[in-house]
Amino acid sequence: MKKSGAQILVDSLREQGVDTIFGYPGGAVLPIYDALYDADIRHILTRHEQGAAHAADGYARASGRPGVCLATSGPGATNLVTGIANAYMDSIPLVAFTGQVVTSQLGKDSFQEADITGITLPITKHNYLVKDVRDLARVIREAFYIATTGRPGPVLVDIPKDVSSDQTEYEDPGPVNLPGYHPVLEPSAEQLNRAAEAIARAERPVIYAGGGVVYSGAHRELRRFAELILAPVATTLMGLGGFPGDHPLSLGMLGMHGSKYANFAVCECDLLIAVGVRFDDRVTGKLESFASQARIMHIDIDPAEIGKNVRVDIPLVGDVKRVLSALIERLEAKLPGAWQEKIQTWKKEYPITYEENGHLKPQQVIREIYRVTKGQARITTEVGQHQMWAAHYYTYTRPRTFISSGGLGTMGFGLPAAIGVQVACPGEIVFDIAGDGSIQMNIQELATAVNYDLPVKVAIMDNGYLGMVRQWQELFYNRRYSYTELVNPDFVKLAEAYGAVGMRVEKAADVRPALEQALATSKPVLIDFVIEREENVLPFVPPGESLDRMLG
Amino acid sequence: MRHTLAVLVENNPGVLARVAGLFSRRGYNIDSLAVGRTDNPAISRMTIVVEGDDRVLEQVTKQLHKLIDVIKISDITADEYVDRELVLIKVSAEPEKRGEIMQIADIFRARIVDLGRRTMILECTGNEGKIRAFEESLKPYGIKELVRTGKIAMLRGSRYTNINTNGTREDD
Repeated sequence: MKKSGAQILVDSLREQGVDTIFGYPGGAVLPIYDALYDADIRHILTRHEQGAAHAADGYARASGRPGVCLATSGPGATNLVTGIANAYMDSIPLVAFTGQVVTSQLGKDSFQEADITGITLPITKHNYLVKDVRDLARVIREAFYIATTGRPGPVLVDIPKDVSSDQTEYEDPGPVNLPGYHPVLEPSAEQLNRAAEAIARAERPVIYAGGGVVYSGAHRELRRFAELILAPVATTLMGLGGFPGDHPLSLGMLGMHGSKYANFAVCECDLLIAVGVRFDDRVTGKLESFASQARIMHIDIDPAEIGKNVRVDIPLVGDVKRVLSALIERLEAKLPGAWQEKIQTWKKEYPITYEENGHLKPQQVIREIYRVTKGQARITTEVGQHQMWAAHYYTYTRPRTFISSGGLGTMGFGLPAAIGVQVACPGEIVFDIAGDGSIQMNIQELATAVNYDLPVKVAIMDNGYLGMVRQWQELFYNRRYSYTELVNPDFVKLAEAYGAVGMRVEKAADVRPALEQALATSKPVLIDFVIEREENVLPFVPPGESLDRMLG
Repeated sequence: MRHTLAVLVENNPGVLARVAGLFSRRGYNIDSLAVGRTDNPAISRMTIVVEGDDRVLEQVTKQLHKLIDVIKISDITADEYVDRELVLIKVSAEPEKRGEIMQIADIFRARIVDLGRRTMILECTGNEGKIRAFEESLKPYGIKELVRTGKIAMLRGSRYTNINTNGTREDD
């Protein structure tokens, strides 16, 4: 049967089980949009290509299925770049399709031409420029396979306009055959035995769990594992929800803005069991003193992560879920002792807390969001102080409920991500916890939420500052607030102009009623919480310091 | 320490950019890189000489493995291998100096591949030390132009590096 490239794309997406794509039309993707016009695929038109990439990313994080975005050539493609880099840093399965100028015009600085495969080389797991329509079906099959297997990541497929419009006799490309790509899923038995032995011998074990737990669906295994060996669990920002935050063994988050008890536990443990993490500098602080009394066991699907930043004593390469299951089989239950007692003492002695002084505090707002949503909401965030407060004061008990830009730290991620999350989880409450700086980086996506009746709620922690930068300026630059004070628009009117509901809250007593009202409406809602201006995120390990040297 | 890597890659467009880009963005130093297709036209072989300690080499190898187009990497540094470079040198050769230059060529078993009115092109193959010595010997005559291929390497004896083996191993 004869098919156009665009038709092959649409059919391939269906074959991959794609129900929704996020995109923005343009000249070089006209043939693709023509095929989408009557295709059985939902297309969400964002108001900026960056929004499409983040929405696809949010969709993937919430659902576990690959997110798909589509943009035209040139500026359309380059607008995806931040979103692709964001997905790359956090290992999110994203497949990005871009239009490209016709093959005969390639390399001639044609109108809306950008070398997007060249540009995205260092921020994709792999990418393709398809120059022949006969390769398209195979490439798409490979793209989804690469994006979703092993350590997930974004894959970009660049399709020149003549390739999407050319007709070809369609032939099934058959199963994926990539001689250079064989993710290791099963850990070696020898390493498992070594690991089990080390765990059995450890007196003060700590588990340091990250995004890998969430992505491999290993949250149940992690819980069984932790309960079996009675090891407290500190999670990274990406790992929140991978272990229940209300579990007695939970230490919350570790690192620069980690809890004191999590950081103390890492400093004093004799075995650090790192699970699906990459020893990011925001987690480790000063490397020389990170878990300096401990042997380090590292479980990860990506062999290149082993020994990248820290020396590892016991590497276990494989899928986190399989590794944990295999370890559980080899281990016996431990009994509580002095270590577990010490952890509980620390937790009582150094709780995460803030000073209540009658002013509207961001921590209180987030705690209230937690109460009103009964802990069942999906939370997305932008990047900055509000992100850290959202990590500390909302308790995440299920995986894929905390959706945040970790590695790249992308302001403007939260709102489009919330849209993607809401599309993936239609019946659920989705809150974007935002800052007044970040929200303005992709606020145009309010139009998307209104357009598609997506009832996302946006809670702006509005302090009139780029708060996190201001905090650093306060602490390390002698309070010289260089270009961090913001003159903001009237967010309530802005929300209303977009057709969403806008509210403003200035008093502590008004927080709960406003949240209840927001949840009662099926429209997108934006609440401008005017918070204490110079509230800081604490605890705080100054950059380059050891984890036990915390302020606050 | 310098390591010699034999890297088999799929002969896809952009594979050289992927490999070279990886080295530059992760801050690894390439001493030399030579690439050409193998007996299988779908597969190219790169010989990469890289400077670094064992930790750096471990990362280089692992990061290279993450490239989808990279099929196999063998660090052959510790093994017995033959390595060669090819150099073409255009040297000033006034008629009265030609005899001397031809003698030098003889000593290095180099070949004269072009003779102009005032220049000669000499071709020489060998390992890095020999190429360096050859270059030094010609310097006094005035080197006009020099081009070299970068090192290519192959394991000695019946050991080999190809896609059907895991690592380098003996052929039974």
